[in-house]
Amino acid sequence: MSGIEALLREVRLLDALASRSTWLSRLDPRATILVTVAFIAIVVSFQRYAIAALLPLAIFPVVLARLGDVPLHRVGIKVLMAMPFALMIGLFNPLFDPVPRMELLRQPIAGGWLSFISILVRVALTVGSAVVLVASMGIYRFCAGLDQLGVPTVLTTQLLFLHRYTLVLAGELGRMNLARELRSGLANAVPLAVYGSLLGHLLLRTLERAQRIHRAMLSRGFEGHMPIREAQRWRSIDTVFLVLCLSGFIVVRTTDLATLLGQLMLDVAS
Amino acid sequence: MSPKWYYNFKIPHTPPLGGSIMHMADALLSPAVGATFCVASAVALGWCSKRLRTDAREHLVPLMGVLGAFVFAAQMINFSIPATGSSGHIGGGLLLSILLGGPAAFVVIASVLTVQALFFADGGLLALGANIFNLGVFPCFIAYPLIYCPLVKRAGEAPSKNRLAVITVFAAIISLQLGAFGVVIEMQMSGISSLPLRTFLLLMQPIHLAIGLVEGVATAVVIAFIRKARPDLVDANASASVNVLSSALFPTRIVVTLGCLAAVMGGLLSGFASSYPDGLEWSIARVTGQSKLGAGNSSIHQTLAQLQHQIAPLPDYKFAPTEEKTSVGTGESDAQQAWPSVDAETSLAGVLGGMGTLILVAGIGYLLRPRRARVPRQV
Repeated sequence: MSGIEALLREVRLLDALASRSTWLSRLDPRATILVTVAFIAIVVSFQRYAIAALLPLAIFPVVLARLGDVPLHRVGIKVLMAMPFALMIGLFNPLFDPVPRMELLRQPIAGGWLSFISILVRVALTVGSAVVLVASMGIYRFCAGLDQLGVPTVLTTQLLFLHRYTLVLAGELGRMNLARELRSGLANAVPLAVYGSLLGHLLLRTLERAQRIHRAMLSRGFEGHMPIREAQRWRSIDTVFLVLCLSGFIVVRTTDLATLLGQLMLDVAS
Repeated sequence: MSPKWYYNFKIPHTPPLGGSIMHMADALLSPAVGATFCVASAVALGWCSKRLRTDAREHLVPLMGVLGAFVFAAQMINFSIPATGSSGHIGGGLLLSILLGGPAAFVVIASVLTVQALFFADGGLLALGANIFNLGVFPCFIAYPLIYCPLVKRAGEAPSKNRLAVITVFAAIISLQLGAFGVVIEMQMSGISSLPLRTFLLLMQPIHLAIGLVEGVATAVVIAFIRKARPDLVDANASASVNVLSSALFPTRIVVTLGCLAAVMGGLLSGFASSYPDGLEWSIARVTGQSKLGAGNSSIHQTLAQLQHQIAPLPDYKFAPTEEKTSVGTGESDAQQAWPSVDAETSLAGVLGGMGTLILVAGIGYLLRPRRARVPRQV
């Protein structure tokens, strides 16, 4: 049950966050989507051993989270949840890449460790920015933005449906599973024989529900795609936001700001 | 009502086996590979959406929506794998293909992966293309039309329950093996992970044999139930899909396009994108039948080191290798940013500067913290 409860809580929480009006959520969704995609592309474009050069980019998700009033510890939890796979793959880097590539305090440091840390920093940056994106705009405005950006309507409609009915079906499956658990001594995993009939029944109910929904939608004038509200007008603030962010990314990509700062600190210290 | 931030984060006792292990993360992909797969998946999606516009099933749109939600919810229920003490869950690619047909199933899988990437940080936005490709193209356009449908057709009018189960499990295993292979190839071409191709394959393929088995069994029991309760649903789609396969509707063009894209990537990008030419070397060894470039990892390093010694103007074992790290998209700045040319003082500056940057970012985050008076809220 914990999986279903966590799923429901997660979706509801992000919806609650996205339902508020913040500086970030008042921007055109297209601007936020484009900037986030550009940010992720910039992060992954760094060479594999880059660590210090990546760090100035952390300012982007942090400031965006603040502008969108997204609690930073929520972003942190999401980043931690996304870590295991990258951690698993990244941990092999020190094993297979032992050639020293850096010297710190007269200790050689293997390239594998550098690329491993670089992977962790990349996860934090890419996941963090994606979480802020969703938490600040929600699935509805996200789909509206995608729609305006030319993504096929069939996908945006599908996304809206999926989001809406995930809550309904997860709730239904949760209740079905609760009934099973109460009768089976709270076993966590379902026996295979029961699994087929549990999901099969849910599937049958789902199909009936789909037919009911379809009739209800037809009677309300459904024409094959969800009407997405009036397109938001692109304002000058959106252009400013886009240009500022993109130029910031280019500066960080072309100049190693962190090392410059470090050199400045060393100069001041000596 | 202001939302509460309390969140009980629970770690499951044992990670269940399921398709989600295959989700690539942005951090493990290079931009060239990520973008190529985004384009490939977008092409497939475009074709599917065009194809669905002419679909005669009128309630297809809500059906796709609720089935996507069904797969999403179903992934949360684990079933116990007999005699192992482990558990697994369904991935849903093959089940969706059987219920909806390839193109509609592909769109549903794409949407499920998008929501997973957005809401659950499972995978990433740039990696979405690769994930859709691995978990969508293989079950919907290979395993289902090329393996499941012909085998079911060959099994006759009313195949037995066991025979259908075996076919389902076989199709699921093939689909997951291909998906895992896709993950390995994409990661090798990206060159972020240092895992040699062979080790990575030995790691991924057996795990996905088990996951494929789990996926196949889960799909088979659900299909068996549906066949008993509503035989029209499964059989109608199976026959319709056989027609799809034999008619002009089969995505020949898309398969050819994707094949060409893969060939271009395999042939061109791997040479530039991977940090060690493992992928290239592997294919050379395969093509020429000799492994003179070295079989083991250490010999790869040695070969590279020797090569570097010959090429490098100032041969120095420690900091000589520079050119092998050049990755696609970073060409112009790598020359000045490459680590090996960095001396100890610059390294120290990098570490100090990195820490300084983090402190600065934290400070800015603190300064911008929400204050009730400053942040206007409309509820």
